[in-house]
Amino acid sequence: MKLVIIGNGMAPGRMLEHLLESAPGRYDVTIFNAEPRVNYDRIMLSPVLSGEKNYEQIIIHGDGWYIKNGITLYKGHKIVAIDREAKTVTSDHGVVEPYDKLIIATGSVPFILPVPGNTLAGVLSYRDLDDVNAMLLAAQSRAKAVVIGGGLLGLEAAAGLEAQGMDVTVLHLMPTLMERQLDPAAGYLLQRAIEDRGIKVICKANTKAIVGDKKVEGVELADGRIIPATLVVMAAGIKPNAGLAKEAGLATSRGIVVDSGMHTSDPDIYALGECAEVGGHVYGLVAPLYEMARVAAAHLVDEGSTAAFVHNDTPTKLKVTGIELFSLGDFADGEDRHEIVLRDASAGIYKRVVLKDNRIIGTVLYGETADGAWFNDLKKKQVDITDMRDTLIFGQAYQGGAPLDPMAAVAALPDDAEICGCNGVCKGKIVGAIQEKNLTSLDDVRAHTKASASCGSCTGLVEQLMSVTLGDAYNPAAVQPMCGCTTLGHDDVRRLIKAKGLKNIYAVMQELEWTTSCGCAKCRPALNYYLVCDWPGEYADDYQSRFINERVHANIQRNGTYSVVPRMWGGVTSAKELRAIADVVDKFNIPTVKVTGGQRIDMLGIRKEDLPAVWADLGKAGFVSGHAYAKGLRTVKTCVGTDWCRFGTQDSTGLGIRIEKFMWGSWTPAKVKMAVSGCPRNCAEATCKDVGVICVDSGYEIHFAGAAGLDIKGTEVLGLVKTEDEALEVIVALVQMYREQARYLERIYKWAKRVTIDEIRRQILDDLDKRHGYYDRFVYSQNFAQVDPWSERVSGLHKHEFKPMATIGMADAAE
Amino acid sequence: MSWVSIGSMTDIPRRGARCVETPLGKIAVFRTAEDRVFAIEDHCPHKGGPLSQGIVHGAAVTCPLHNWVISLETGKALGADDGSVRTIPIKVEGGVLFISLAVAADRAA
Ligand SMILES: Cc1cc2nc3c(=O)[nH]c(=O)nc-3n(C[C@H](O)[C@H](O)[C@H](O)COP(=O)(O)OP(=O)(O)OC[C@H]3O[C@@H](n4cnc5c(N)ncnc54)[C@H](O)[C@@H]3O)c2cc1C
Ligand code: SF4
Ligand code: SF4
Ligand code: FES
Repeated sequence: MKLVIIGNGMAPGRMLEHLLESAPGRYDVTIFNAEPRVNYDRIMLSPVLSGEKNYEQIIIHGDGWYIKNGITLYKGHKIVAIDREAKTVTSDHGVVEPYDKLIIATGSVPFILPVPGNTLAGVLSYRDLDDVNAMLLAAQSRAKAVVIGGGLLGLEAAAGLEAQGMDVTVLHLMPTLMERQLDPAAGYLLQRAIEDRGIKVICKANTKAIVGDKKVEGVELADGRIIPATLVVMAAGIKPNAGLAKEAGLATSRGIVVDSGMHTSDPDIYALGECAEVGGHVYGLVAPLYEMARVAAAHLVDEGSTAAFVHNDTPTKLKVTGIELFSLGDFADGEDRHEIVLRDASAGIYKRVVLKDNRIIGTVLYGETADGAWFNDLKKKQVDITDMRDTLIFGQAYQGGAPLDPMAAVAALPDDAEICGCNGVCKGKIVGAIQEKNLTSLDDVRAHTKASASCGSCTGLVEQLMSVTLGDAYNPAAVQPMCGCTTLGHDDVRRLIKAKGLKNIYAVMQELEWTTSCGCAKCRPALNYYLVCDWPGEYADDYQSRFINERVHANIQRNGTYSVVPRMWGGVTSAKELRAIADVVDKFNIPTVKVTGGQRIDMLGIRKEDLPAVWADLGKAGFVSGHAYAKGLRTVKTCVGTDWCRFGTQDSTGLGIRIEKFMWGSWTPAKVKMAVSGCPRNCAEATCKDVGVICVDSGYEIHFAGAAGLDIKGTEVLGLVKTEDEALEVIVALVQMYREQARYLERIYKWAKRVTIDEIRRQILDDLDKRHGYYDRFVYSQNFAQVDPWSERVSGLHKHEFKPMATIGMADAAE
Repeated sequence: MSWVSIGSMTDIPRRGARCVETPLGKIAVFRTAEDRVFAIEDHCPHKGGPLSQGIVHGAAVTCPLHNWVISLETGKALGADDGSVRTIPIKVEGGVLFISLAVAADRAA
């Protein structure tokens, strides 16, 4: 019997081993391989690229093996046609070979992005030894390389090229690396490890074109950026190589369709390996391919064999030296599932096991993967883990061990990490003082080090340091955790974000050992605010972590429509503005127009889909968003002051407008409303605002910490300043101090009560360095915050927010 | 069951949602951080808030109006609150999303 095999990859190689063992001599075997070489371990191409191995070391079957087993191997022969009538195959060199049984094992082909320039010299894929040799040649230049694709292949290619001395950038379309195998938390750790080796990573990078004249010169992204490169490696995925089979009239879908015995729709033809599709699945890892090989061999030996391929999840590992990563199965969360998360920030470890009905259905391990095999085994055998649930996550060897120390995050801080921002006290100094002076109470520590003696927001951390240093001898007061996802309070989280330089939500959740993988609706908006405030220009606002009003820049109403309030600087308007508003109201049939308490006009009842068009018209008349929906600067009410009023002492209207124009767009922990009155008669009601100004003959009395909502409270007087410039500076510094210290959703009056009026006065009025520091940081952050969100959206930003994704008619629905 | 295609998974931001208009009302289609997709009526069991506008965390959404947390898998309110919203069958094929309105239509008829 004559057996012909198309393709000489790892799958048919393994199949032949089984066949030779159970039925030696049964078949007369001929193999055609488009690659001009024997069967080698494709998996090991990455170590060859990085220089850790050479080609000879990864050969599976050398030339001698084929001779010994009487197998004919046509190297460099590509089969171009299968004639099922005549039962022959034809190679591109004209060899025609008859078969009784045929195996198609043509593997996969790399997916090449359909962008301009994808055929330029210097654009490679990563699939076979020729690709690796070409990359090694290109690497000799030590120039710049871009790898497109941040999956398994792309990252291995990037690590290899970097090891060969190239300057490598990875472009990845999705927000986190290896998103199909890893959850975002592990993706974040992976990205950090990759970047630590000097490889640049750009996520959400949408490749638009490969630029260059004959040869590659760079990659252009959809946002217009160009990344220079002389080598571009496409590792954006693979697709089963089923073309030949399709032309021969065999059933194909994503791959060549086979039954569980590896038969194609033609009983004499089998398919196996990456080109085969079994039960709707195609595969890209060798474990299932080897299983196919075993099944196919069994059927070749005995036509009545009952050997059948069954689907099994295969764990994924990344073969980059120094990076430990393991992913298995389904790790999406859900209500019928439970997750157990273990994070050890200091050791860079993240482990997550997903359970359903007390059985493991998925696992992600990062940093320490020794237990991967154990978890895989528990999952495969569907072991009920109820009895070891509490210790499961610690792994096999740890059964019965104690859980991790909750103080670990603080204990792991370096000695020079700043704990108290107000007084610039670092961890080393506090620990030193506790030990040398035998301090045992918080007051002692405050007295000796000044830590936690000012605004007090670091109290929780100082107490934790005392616990770590003194052990059980110290029992800190309990802090109210931010939410169910953490044991840390808001103040601790804010301090640690700064001290550890955490610049995105995944980093915070990992380093501060969040107990959920993706947070909740309480902590996400808070963390997003803290990051926006602390890292202006560096942190990319996470809109999915904002409440709807801030996400669409309008106020949601009880019936799901929105209200729109444009800014009217200082409450002053004009005929032109009013006319523009009237036109918009008519054009969009807006049901209600109302004057707000903040001296501006509210249009209520606008459909979400209409918002961008409403803003476009308002924008043409010069309006910007009034942020009536924002935890940010809302209104600055004014009175008419010296312009018109006979009692006016200063230009209250002008100052109000100046403050509003200076501060609009800034995000704050909770809303901020202001007012400026031109004399103590106080027509602008400045003494119940978050910040207010009462103008007097001798200058400007700055008020703050008032409330006129659920609570009613008159303002406190911060102090008197002489000039308008100084008034602005003090107000800005005060708001920045509040931005940096308050807890999310905490209004100024509550924050001030905690921090004390005296301390705020000391920092804002008395300490000029502090005041200027706050002022400068506010001004810097305005560079990024003061953009009109409406005009951005009129120009197309976040289009998806405003349009339904589809509209289904009666016919479709009734079908 | 007849399936209607509504667009591709990438039309929805991760940890986000989009709406589909149907003769039977709005349907909210969600995509989680880990690319699971769900479809439910866009109508909170509490006071009808648009769930598509909430914050998505895990396989749940928090209603934008009064913070009820609704399971995307079962449509049931989680925690202390009681109530549930209809779930709509949804499937992904090659990155394309399909929903089935047959069940909903039967009940409406
Ligand atoms: C860099 C790299 C790293 C990898 N790492 C891992 C890993 O860590 N773990 C893991 O499990 N898997 C890994 N894989 C995947 C694994 O290597 C593949 O799943 C496996 O090699 C596929 O085997 P196959 O026999 O189906 O196809 P292939 O090995 O691709 O063999 C197909 C062969 O058929 C030839 N061919 C195609 N068409 C024709 C034709 N018309 N005529 C004649 N010959 C033809 C091709 O030239 C090729 O040699 C990796 C792959 C790569 C590229
Ligand atoms: S606050 Fe004083 S200056 Fe302003 S309008 Fe009233 S009376 Fe006039
Ligand atoms: S006072 Fe109450 S009801 Fe009136 S607008 Fe404010 S929140 Fe709504
Ligand atoms: S309407 Fe959803 S919580 Fe009230």
